[in-house]
Amino acid sequence: MLDKEVKRGSTEMLILALVEDRPRHGYEIAKLIGERSDGVLQFHVASLYPLLYRMEKRGLIKGTWIEKTGQRRRRFYKLMPAGKKVLNEQRQTWSDFFIALDRVAKINPA
Amino acid sequence: MNPNWKKIAREHLAVLRLPPEREIEIIEELALHLEAAYEEALTDGLSETEAEARTIQSYDWRLLECELSRAEQPLAQRALQPSLELVERKGGARMESFLQDVRFGARMLVKKPGFTLISVLTLALGIGANTAIFSVVNTVLLRPLPYKDAEQLVAVWEVQTKVNQTMFSPAEFLDYQTQNQSFSEMTAHRLMYFTLTGQGEPEQLNGRIVSGNFFSLLGVQAEQGRIFQPEDGRAGAARVAVMSHDFWQQRFGSDPNVIGKALTLSGEPVTLIGVMPSGFQHPSESSECQIWLNPHNVVPDWSLNSTVDLLSIRDTGFLRVLARLKPNVTLQQAQTDLDAIAARLQQQYPRPSGHGARIISLHEQTVGNVRPTLLILLGAVSLVLLIACANVTSLMLSRATERNKEMAIRTALGASRSRIVRQLLLESLLLASLGGAGGWLFAYWSVKVIVASGLSKIPRLSEISLDYRIFVFTLIISVFTGLIFGLAPALVAAKPDLNSALKEGSRNATAGRNRLRQTLVIAEVALALVVLIGAGLLLSSFGRLLAVKPGFNPQHLLTMRIGLANQKYIKSADKKRFVSELNARLEAVPGVESVGIGDDLPIAGTDSSTTLKIQDQPDASSDDSASVGLHVINPHYFDALGTRLLKGRVFTEHDAAGAPSVFIINETLAHRFWPNEEPLGKRVRYNSADPWGEIVGVVEDVKFDGLHLASTPHLFEPYQQNAWSFLVVTIRSPLEQSTLLAAVQREVKALDPNLPVSNVRMMEDVVAQSLATRRFVLLLFGVFAGLALLLATVGIYGVLSASVSQRTRELGIRMALGATARNVGRLIVGQGLKLILSGVVIGLVSALALQRVIGKLLYGVSPTDPLTFTVIAFLLIAVALLACWIPARRATKVDPLTALRSE
Repeated sequence: MLDKEVKRGSTEMLILALVEDRPRHGYEIAKLIGERSDGVLQFHVASLYPLLYRMEKRGLIKGTWIEKTGQRRRRFYKLMPAGKKVLNEQRQTWSDFFIALDRVAKINPA
Repeated sequence: MNPNWKKIAREHLAVLRLPPEREIEIIEELALHLEAAYEEALTDGLSETEAEARTIQSYDWRLLECELSRAEQPLAQRALQPSLELVERKGGARMESFLQDVRFGARMLVKKPGFTLISVLTLALGIGANTAIFSVVNTVLLRPLPYKDAEQLVAVWEVQTKVNQTMFSPAEFLDYQTQNQSFSEMTAHRLMYFTLTGQGEPEQLNGRIVSGNFFSLLGVQAEQGRIFQPEDGRAGAARVAVMSHDFWQQRFGSDPNVIGKALTLSGEPVTLIGVMPSGFQHPSESSECQIWLNPHNVVPDWSLNSTVDLLSIRDTGFLRVLARLKPNVTLQQAQTDLDAIAARLQQQYPRPSGHGARIISLHEQTVGNVRPTLLILLGAVSLVLLIACANVTSLMLSRATERNKEMAIRTALGASRSRIVRQLLLESLLLASLGGAGGWLFAYWSVKVIVASGLSKIPRLSEISLDYRIFVFTLIISVFTGLIFGLAPALVAAKPDLNSALKEGSRNATAGRNRLRQTLVIAEVALALVVLIGAGLLLSSFGRLLAVKPGFNPQHLLTMRIGLANQKYIKSADKKRFVSELNARLEAVPGVESVGIGDDLPIAGTDSSTTLKIQDQPDASSDDSASVGLHVINPHYFDALGTRLLKGRVFTEHDAAGAPSVFIINETLAHRFWPNEEPLGKRVRYNSADPWGEIVGVVEDVKFDGLHLASTPHLFEPYQQNAWSFLVVTIRSPLEQSTLLAAVQREVKALDPNLPVSNVRMMEDVVAQSLATRRFVLLLFGVFAGLALLLATVGIYGVLSASVSQRTRELGIRMALGATARNVGRLIVGQGLKLILSGVVIGLVSALALQRVIGKLLYGVSPTDPLTFTVIAFLLIAVALLACWIPARRATKVDPLTALRSE
């Protein structure tokens, strides 16, 4: 079971991870978080966009309006180098954290 | 027709007043999102209306507004807000997270065993020393005396001009007893030594004769048999005795059948009627009482076999008095009552030195003398604890620097500041509890050592135990300590600068911590200086006390008591014969240089005092006719003691019964009564019925009542002119104690096989004993001062070495730019010196401010003694500089190249 402290703030990493391999738009990000965590992580969609904007301001991601044929234009977010760095740091942190958990409490994240 | 999502979004966002372009952009994106959700709902098979409702409801507009307004603020660099929520059980989460914190804290402590060990040891010493001293304070000062309703018990003393505490005469005692309105009962007692014979070896007993209501006034019952009843206090009552538990055990092997048995005490038959419970102690007396006797005639007798009509004695005081206040009567009211009685007595029986009585609570009487001592010790030891706290705080701060990254990660993971403070405080409390537990153990055995050592003559110390109050005290100071040393580091650590901390190598965060640690070092030095100055003052005071001229030479001086309280010696002539025979026999023992026979032992206190009357100055100088100590002595008394004769002559064999009365006086008496006259040849007496006697000699002052007290007037008369029953024999001889004692005992036995020799001590031990409490306090203070110095030194060392490691790069640059090792060393020492000097200045000022507190414990030294202040300050500076030297040396060894590469 995850502590309250841990579950906070991890959204940022989730978003970074989701846009790591290709740019995604907001709706897609929200759907993916829900789907990939099998509903364990429930998302307040209302806070998604504000978070995206903040991350954009910090230079972690960059949103661009892209028009695809036959579709309305959508804003796609792609990972920026700064975001890549933070993502790696956070992955390391979480990995350390889980290793520590495993060592102490025999919890294996895998 | 699809709902107009843009319009819906715009309506909700209007309140935010975003810049128009930005608003359009956001509205477009939100509308897309809503539309996608709407379409998904339609795909799920909902009707248009249902789909629209679900989409709008699923959207938390308030949250959106709230988050958006924050996100769009220019300063959006705040920690991320909660935006994910787990589907989880809520119950027990708080407790669980608390336990988690405890477990985590424990792990952190285990991970750094060095840090933990040093902190716990430091705290254990501080808390333990406090607990030990507090347990003494608790027992001695706070616990009520072991009598029923002890707060009602008071001691009453006779007061005369210039004498504020003397004993009552029987007639006065009876006057106060019958006339007072304030006491439910009033009782008298008198110290007396008895000789127990007919039960194997003769033994001298330390006993009391007490009024019949003595035990009932204290509200204590016998463990075996009974206590005295009112009948036992009536005139002509048969002699009965109550024993102490210890005496019953030692002498009679706790045999319950001794009740009702007859004993022979000083030749008089006495029936044993009871045994007091173990732990019962005669009030406010340090020497243990073994047996209590009832009086022969209402008030305690002057001596056991005396036939004097006691009740008419008004001018010779020998009774100590206790009383129990009536319920709701205050000390002040009782005092007013006694003052009125004294005024009446003064009219009825005018006396130049006046009448008076003074009340003091029995508790105050018992422990009043040691209160300042104990409170000062408690104060000193709490300063040591503060220093310990400062050290641990400093350690925690330097650890906080190491843990910067950990805190940053926790914060990045969303931990709130309060959560981190909680975690760190918990770690502090864990440390403090470990320290408290260690302190408890430390206190446990140090109290045992204190009691067992017999180092101190502090009253009630034998009652000491670690009770629940001590436990609560330890608990409270442990928690308090934990909060003190934990709070600052926790607050500092809980606001790490995320970016730089994660990046490593930043110095910003540590600057504030260093300042805090430096402040702590200054405080430590100041506190340590206060304790050290206290110790220094006590030490120099003790030195002066040792240098006091006692008026005798304590070396090679064997002392003992012999009691002639035996029917064989009722007549004066029998006592005198015994004493001159004893004198002759002892002087004949090979190796004995001189034999002194008197009634009081120097240092141990004067038992008898009287009022001096001077011929041709009757009552005129009423103010000066104060009480003087009275002693009866043999001719070689001063020889044996090594006391110098200043004027005139000592007594000789010719100053015997029938010869003209003669007196010797001490220097103080001579100065008080004849400041500008020749005292030799003056005629004095103390008993109006006696003929006047001539002063034939003046001797130097002998400290009869203790080295620290100013000399008082003393009057000596020849034993052969006034024989008393209690003898103190002092023998000057280079012989070994046991050899000498065996010879003395042989001679006494040859004279009278029924006479016990007791209280055999070397005079040097008597002197040492009299200084025991001071020595003890000095020792404790010394230990505290040592601890304080050690802790402060460690503190300085810690701060400077942390500073050197942090400044490695800077030092490297300096050296690369041409600074010599000497320059660098001086830089570090200078930094330390600045802290030390600031601390010293504050410490000196504080010590000056506290001078009145310690003044009470000092003898012959001013509490602002400049020499002590200077010496101690320099001592502290020297030791502290030593602590700077090690890090400074390390700084000079910095290799510029490595230092520059180290980042």
